[in-house]
Amino acid sequence: MSDYKNFTMNFGPQHPAAHGVLRLILEMDGEVIRSADPHIGLLHRATEKLAESKPYNQNIGYMDRLDYVSMMCNEHAYVLAIEDIMKLDIPERSKYIRVMFDEITRILNHLLWLGAHALDIGAMSVFLYAFREREDLMDCYEAVSGTRMHATYYRPGGVSKDLPNVMPKYMLNKNQNLDQVEKLNYNREGSLLDFIESFIDRFPKNVDEYENLLTDNRIWKQRTVGIGVVSPERAVDLGFTGPMLRGSGIEWDLRKKQPYEIYKDLEFDIPVGTEGDSYDRYLVRMQEMRESARIIKQCCNWLKTDNGEYISSNYKIAPPDRDDMKESMESLIHHFKLFSEGYCLPVGETYACVEAPKGEFGIYLISDGANKPYRLKIRAPGFPHLASLDEMAKGHMLSDVVTIIGTQDIVFGEIDR
Amino acid sequence: MNKIIKFIKSLFFLEILKGLKITGQKLSKEPITIQYPEEKTPLSSRFRGLHALRKYPNGEERCIGCKLCEAVCPALAISIDTEERSDKTRRTTKYEIDLFKCIYCGFCEEACPVDAIVETGIFEYHFERRKDSVMNKLDLLKIGDMYEKEELKDRERNKL
Repeated sequence: MSDYKNFTMNFGPQHPAAHGVLRLILEMDGEVIRSADPHIGLLHRATEKLAESKPYNQNIGYMDRLDYVSMMCNEHAYVLAIEDIMKLDIPERSKYIRVMFDEITRILNHLLWLGAHALDIGAMSVFLYAFREREDLMDCYEAVSGTRMHATYYRPGGVSKDLPNVMPKYMLNKNQNLDQVEKLNYNREGSLLDFIESFIDRFPKNVDEYENLLTDNRIWKQRTVGIGVVSPERAVDLGFTGPMLRGSGIEWDLRKKQPYEIYKDLEFDIPVGTEGDSYDRYLVRMQEMRESARIIKQCCNWLKTDNGEYISSNYKIAPPDRDDMKESMESLIHHFKLFSEGYCLPVGETYACVEAPKGEFGIYLISDGANKPYRLKIRAPGFPHLASLDEMAKGHMLSDVVTIIGTQDIVFGEIDR
Repeated sequence: MNKIIKFIKSLFFLEILKGLKITGQKLSKEPITIQYPEEKTPLSSRFRGLHALRKYPNGEERCIGCKLCEAVCPALAISIDTEERSDKTRRTTKYEIDLFKCIYCGFCEEACPVDAIVETGIFEYHFERRKDSVMNKLDLLKIGDMYEKEELKDRERNKL
């Protein structure tokens, strides 16, 4: 008998293809994976425990940092949970703003996923092109909230600021003359909505570009077709959500199945795969970007005709207008109370979830009547996905592990939280 | 028939050529690269960067030491001590922000009832010594003086 034994290999936590701090213990039979054991917890920041010590509003910023490529969707689930316990109705305009930025976030996330996934498999240019488009969406984030990533933009009762009527512009500098700068500013003359519209108008063409580079490409197909196949039954059993589940052929999307905000008034389709392999999940996500663009377009059109309130006028939950606060004593008291003590929720518990780009992102919130959560549990979509890595990778080659990690769209901020 | 078309397509690398056409076209296009620091990307008037303490036009500091920013700070980065001055008004004796703790959420700016603490558009800064990351009141007021003009401009633009 041979003396050969399987050997174990450490993959990460500093491996460039491991998407953050993933540590995999791979049991290898030659170059074939016999088992893959993900070790998590290297990015644990105790967000859930931290939230128990802070008034409700102060936790919003920490939600951004969970899944740090789909920031506003995380905030959304959190504020939905609070609004659900309070039974708070929010202005129509803020619902549209939230949905629009949820979909911008979806495109942001999928672009990063596409770029990183393609780069892992060996296609460099897609990464560069995807980041070119991401830059414009980051500008939308910055224009509206003041930061490119960790927006802290949603608030219980609406959103913190209205959409700006002017876009920031490129400045004249010693490298470029006036003509060149004006050319850069061509879509920044109007408001943020005009800027988003001009982006949405050209974005489908950009997706075509990525698809031309990848969809028929033989290398891309050899690396993704038939890799990491999950049957529809297994996908449900494993707790998959989002594109991972839809790639296996199950039409499940919270935006359709239990519509929140104004999704039921919007027109969009849910792309579904057939084979359940990495290639199908790629196709599903590409189509999702197009659908997101459609949703953003509809929101833009609605927002352009509307001049409503962007945040609730219930001053127990949302701060009063700044000018009012400086004039009226009552507003000042509301302002001080809100920013020091915050507000108390009625006793109760709820589970609120949104269709985040990666799947179902949920917040389970228990309130004991205090001004901070009694318990906050985060349901991160990446966690069950990563848990199935062993099953998906078994029998594949070492290089396919990289594909499978890519196709799962793993972000450690939310898995380790 | 389909098989033959497929064979010809794969024989002549048609899909690879299609991809190469896209990357090839970029050769003649102007690059989108920004030559930082000479060129810069647009900066929003709402940008939340380095902190500053503002003064009134007559030179009096705005901060009255209400400690609302200290209370609202999620990262507990702000610490304040106050004292009554000889003219019976309350002002801070210590105002420190630990920039390593700060998560730049903008709540302090939102909470301030007298528009004293603001987050400016300054995003390029560094520390040479460890303790520099904790900004004291003098540092903050100095940045406030430096940045007042831009701050007023940003405020105008935010009202539009």
